[in-house]
Amino acid sequence: MCNQTVSLVAAELERQGIATVCLSLLRRVAEKVRPPRALFVPFPHGYPLDAPGEPQRQRAVLEAALSLLELQDVTAPVLRDFAYGSAGKGT
Amino acid sequence: MGDPREFSFAVRAFLKTYRWRRIESVPFSPLQKPLSQCRLALISSAGFTLRDQAPFDKSAKGGDVSFRQIPSESAVGDLVESHRSESFDHDGLVRDPNLAFPLDGARALVADGRVGSLATMHLSLMGSITAPGRLIAHTAPEMSATLVADAVDIALLIPV
Repeated sequence: MCNQTVSLVAAELERQGIATVCLSLLRRVAEKVRPPRALFVPFPHGYPLDAPGEPQRQRAVLEAALSLLELQDVTAPVLRDFAYGSAGKGT
Repeated sequence: MGDPREFSFAVRAFLKTYRWRRIESVPFSPLQKPLSQCRLALISSAGFTLRDQAPFDKSAKGGDVSFRQIPSESAVGDLVESHRSESFDHDGLVRDPNLAFPLDGARALVADGRVGSLATMHLSLMGSITAPGRLIAHTAPEMSATLVADAVDIALLIPV
């Protein structure tokens, strides 16, 4: 449900000119709901930024998400996988 | 990746027949300037509130569609998690709210010059909204107007 909730909010923000990127914990839901930009993360529910008390690992996820905003010449929805060491690599 | 097998049988049965809302003709705003000049807002659906704010209504039918404004300078330790879902492990969020509301991480991005600045207010929801009609019609436009008035350029949205 959380994945759908943030996706629906993201769509409204994009309509108002704000560029968004959603983290996503369920690929199947993101593919159905279609947020404008989403980064699939390979973590369990409750752990969207990887691990508690691990700022460097959390930073890696933040960097990967931000990098989706910088992609040029893409068609929405932009759905990408998170992979260690290769921020925002294509699916 | 989260896995539906983490959920109980009842939740899986519900999800199996749930009609997800499909966003047609996906709206898309390309980035207009370098991230180092952009103003960033966080939006988390993990159900965090500040201690002096009203908690989310865990009994609301279809889900509580209200949102809270979290001042950018808030201490991570002042966030209280009250997400109603029993379908995930809450321990990580309790130990470190940055896990789904990365206030410290966002501040580090600004300190490092990766993004330009942070919104005056970040936004918090409780994401277990099964009936999102009012979310779409009222909450999302209100959240959007709040960020537009604050000249926010980019938003990171974090589910749990």
